[in-house]
Parts: sequence; C-alpha cells; structure tokens
Amino acid sequence: MTSPTPPSPAAPPPRITQGAFSYLPDLTDDEITAQLACATDRGYAVAVEHTDDPRPRNTFWEMYGMPMFDLDDPAHALRKVLACRADHPADHIRVTAYDSRLGRQSTALSFIVHRGGS
Amino acid sequence: MVLGGFSIDGFTERADREGMAHNRLSTGVVPYAELGYYDPDYVPKDTDVLAAFRITPQPGVTPEEAAAAVAGESSTATWTVVWTDRLTDYRHYQAKAYRVDRVRDDEYVAYVAYDIDLFEEGSIPNLTSSIIGNVFGFKAVRALRLEDMRIPLAYVKTFQGPPHGIVMERELLGKYGRPLLGATVKPKLGLSARNYGRVVYEALRGGLDFTKDDENINSQPFMRWRDRFLFVSEAVRKAEERTGEIKGHYLNCTAATMEQMYERAETARELGSPIIMIDLTVGFTAMGSMAKWARDNGVLLHLHRAGHSTYTRQKNHGVSFRVVAKWCRLLGVDHIHAGTVVGKLEGDVSATRGYYTTCRAAAHGIGDGLLFDQDYGSMPGVMPVASGGIHAGQMHMLVHHLGEDVVLQFGGGTIGHPMGVAAGATGNRVALEAVVKARNEGRDLAAEGPDILRSAAKHSPELAAALDTWGAVEFDYASTDVPDPATPGEEPVR
Repeated sequence: MTSPTPPSPAAPPPRITQGAFSYLPDLTDDEITAQLACATDRGYAVAVEHTDDPRPRNTFWEMYGMPMFDLDDPAHALRKVLACRADHPADHIRVTAYDSRLGRQSTALSFIVHRGGS
Repeated sequence: MVLGGFSIDGFTERADREGMAHNRLSTGVVPYAELGYYDPDYVPKDTDVLAAFRITPQPGVTPEEAAAAVAGESSTATWTVVWTDRLTDYRHYQAKAYRVDRVRDDEYVAYVAYDIDLFEEGSIPNLTSSIIGNVFGFKAVRALRLEDMRIPLAYVKTFQGPPHGIVMERELLGKYGRPLLGATVKPKLGLSARNYGRVVYEALRGGLDFTKDDENINSQPFMRWRDRFLFVSEAVRKAEERTGEIKGHYLNCTAATMEQMYERAETARELGSPIIMIDLTVGFTAMGSMAKWARDNGVLLHLHRAGHSTYTRQKNHGVSFRVVAKWCRLLGVDHIHAGTVVGKLEGDVSATRGYYTTCRAAAHGIGDGLLFDQDYGSMPGVMPVASGGIHAGQMHMLVHHLGEDVVLQFGGGTIGHPMGVAAGATGNRVALEAVVKARNEGRDLAAEGPDILRSAAKHSPELAAALDTWGAVEFDYASTDVPDPATPGEEPVR
C-alpha cells in the first residue's frame, strides 16, 4: 500500500494587488517620490492611509494625518510615508492623490507603499 | 398671379410681402428649398437641436435643394403640399437647413436646425425616429450620412445619462490612476458553464479587473444563462479572495424580451455582480429601461455596440459612430466600446479621438470629426472600452492614444498566451502598470514605450513571453472613414 500524500504546506497569504503598481516590484523610496512629484505638479492633494484590514470592500482606511493640500515638495509627503511605516509596521499603507477639479472631484491615483509585516 | 391652392382673398398679398417665389401654400409639388426648408439667414437658437448631414445628391439636384429635402423629410414635409399645413404654425415645426459646405465633388455637408419642441423629453427612440427614421431612403439623395449632432443643454438635462459614470465606477471598484483591464472569454461559442468559469477565474486571478461575455453569448443550448451566471460568480468571488481586489464579469443580459432581460439582471444583482452588459441590438428602448434599472439597482451597465458597423463604417452613408456614442451617453450606459486605433477593428486616430471626447468630455468644441460645440452640463462621462486585436506589446501606444479613463480589453491577448490565461493576464497588467508609472515619471510613451516594456519584462516572465509571441503583430490597413481635409481636395487629416 502506498503511503498517503503528505498535506501541502499552508499557502502563504496572497499579495494584495490593490492600487496602481502592485504588479511591479515594490517601489523604492525614489520611485515613490517620483509619483508624489507627479501628483504635486498636477496640484493634487496627497494623503497617507493605513489599515490592518485590506479586504477588497474595506473602502475607508485610517487616515495618517490630514491630506496635504498645496503641497510644493514631494519630499515632505515622503517623510509622512516613512513616519507611517514606523508607526504602523504591521499595516498595509497606501498613498492617495486627490483631484478636486470640477469633472472629477475624486481620487486620481492610489498605490500601496507598505505591506504589513514586511 | 395665378395661385390655385388653399387660399382665400388676401393671400397673394401676403405671399408678395414675404417675398416667396412660389406661394408656400400652392397645391402641387414645390421645391423644398422654396418652402422654407433652406434658409441661409437662419441663426440657430441655443435651444435648437442641430444635425450635420453628409449628402451626395442625385445628378440634377442642387445641394441647397438636397439639403432642404433632408431638412424637410426629417421634420414636417411630405412630397406634395397639404392643406392641413394650414392647421399648424408650420414655420415653427419645420427644420431649416442653414448652411451647406462643399467637401468634395458631389459631396456636401448640410447643417440643419430643429426646434426643441419637435422632440419628446428624455427619449432616444423619439430623437432617432425623428432624425434618421425617414430621410435616408430618399431617392433625391444618392447617399446620406448623419455626421454629428448638437444636443442643446436644455434637452441634455431631460436624459438620465450614464447610470453611474466614470468617477462613480472608480469609486465602486476602488481603482484609481490607471486604465482598467478586461478580456472577453474565448472561444466565442461552445464552452459549457463550468469551463467558462475556469477562464474567468484564471484571467481575474492573473490580474485583469474584468472579464466579459461576448455579444453573442446570451442563453444557448450549449450554455444556458443561469448556469453561466452561477459558475462565473463563483470564479469572480474566488479571484477576489486570491487578489484582495474587487473583480467583475460583465454578465450579458441581452434576451428576446424585456421580461427576460429583467430576470437575468435581477439574478446578476442577487449574485452580487457589480456589472451587467447588454448589446446594442436590444434597441434604444430596451437600453433606456436597462439604464434606469442599472441606476436604481447600483449595477454598472456595459454596452457592446453589436451591429453598429453595418451603418457606421462607410464614409458616405449611414450614421457616424460619434452620434451613436452621444445617444448612448444620453440614454445612458457606463461603458461603450469606442475603438482601439491600433487593433484589428476599424478606427482612424483622429476619428477615434473624437469618439473618446464624446464619451468623456464635460464639453468640447469642433475638431477630430466633431462638427459642433457640445455642452453636457453635469452629465458624467461614459468609460470608453478599447477591444479588438490588441496585445501587451502595444500597451504604450494604447495609453498614449487613449489616456487613463478607458477599459483595455485583451481577449486573444490574454487567453492566447503561451503560459496560460493567468500568465496572459499578468503580462498585460505588468505592462500597463509599467507604462503608467513611466508616464507619471515624465517619460515619452510613444518614443520610449518599447524600452519601458522590455525593462518591465525583466521582472516578469509572463510579459517577456507575451512580447516574444506578439511583439510584431500589427493591423495596418487604410481606414475606411477619416475626417475631411480642412480644404476640399487636400489630403485627409491623419
């Protein structure tokens, strides 16, 4: 009698692929800054949010401070990202850029910058 | 002056006073141009509906008479004077051709104004019956094409518009800053429900946002609709669990009767689908009912423009797709197929840009084949869908031409991938994200696109295989429908 197949190891939790760049290698801080620079050039307000519950229909992540309106320096926004990583290392963290102009008045860009526990 | 006709004493003086060459009310046949249907001094009101017709008159018919005939036969006229005209304020109801331009030998564009009173509020069936319902078979014109229409804001406001629109769609899906990705399940026909669901699961877990029923997948003996809906819902749910993203499949609710369409749509909603689809072949009334249902039930509505190219494609006769897109936005729908430029189906760059403007702009002026200023007020945009023979190797040109608010659909370009459906989806998603990231960094997509894709392929065997398989495929045929040159006789604008 052949021995039964051993159970497979538990599948690792899937990589959450929300946001605009989750299929690329995780963005470096320089690459994040380049995206923030694009947002500030276009006059978007940049916000940092985090959550311990990255289910697809969890719309409202926790705000890390207020959205940054009238942002001139993308480095300022990057500092906020780094601070959020330090404060919430186990959470998923995302950057959102908001377009308040008539015709959109909604989020223009959103991407993950930290994946909890890593 | 001998008049004859439907007048009593005093009419001759009135005819003379108003300078009419013929008595407008003489019996018999009078040229349309002399019945008030051609009026080059008419200034269109802001509330008029305007139409531009490309006319090829029959030999011996002047362009003004042809234009007047089109105006007449799409409003109040018939081929002979009738006494019952005297029972109406006919000058209010008759359309006026107010401008005729020559574009090439024997071809003219005529501009016609219609009073807003001619039309029922919020009714595309009435608008289309009015404008195209009668005149296109008219013998006096050899060919006739409705090129464009201006819908006055006052009339726009009577239409529902897209059930959700572009901004609301993104908020429902939680997806911002990049085009959406989709794929039609292939082969077009024959898969049974469970195996159909397999294709959906693979494509969605691999990275696409949407999968889609093909236009001719309704409820056939090889796969009945409810069986498909159940297996597809399971596949969508599982792909959401695997990726953490909201996913959807456009469940085709096209059916033979409204009752069946409602039954299918209700089932889709109960199964939690964020989106359903219908084909253009269900007709404008069914589309209007489904538009209302979709808004009332919080479900996105995708329109496949099935059958449109029977009448949109030839330059001299039919209806330009830009007009069909405008009608569908008013009706409305949340998605409409609008062309790819670089894929397997017809669509010149400039004309396609005009279609995308019609779908997305809050207001626009003349250009790219659009012949009128148009203000949509606060009506949201329709998400255009680019579908047909496109692949990952073209991603930079797709984003360059079509922008960000678009669904890019790769059927064969996902399912034909040598490493399988999920790998095909992943290759497309990697290509898209790399192109968007590079564009945001300020790189020139047209010039640097191939390098951007090759760099991204270094981190993605799926993309590398896609570029190897399809990199050289192009569909390079002369378009059948390009915008007119600025001056008659010049080369067409490209």
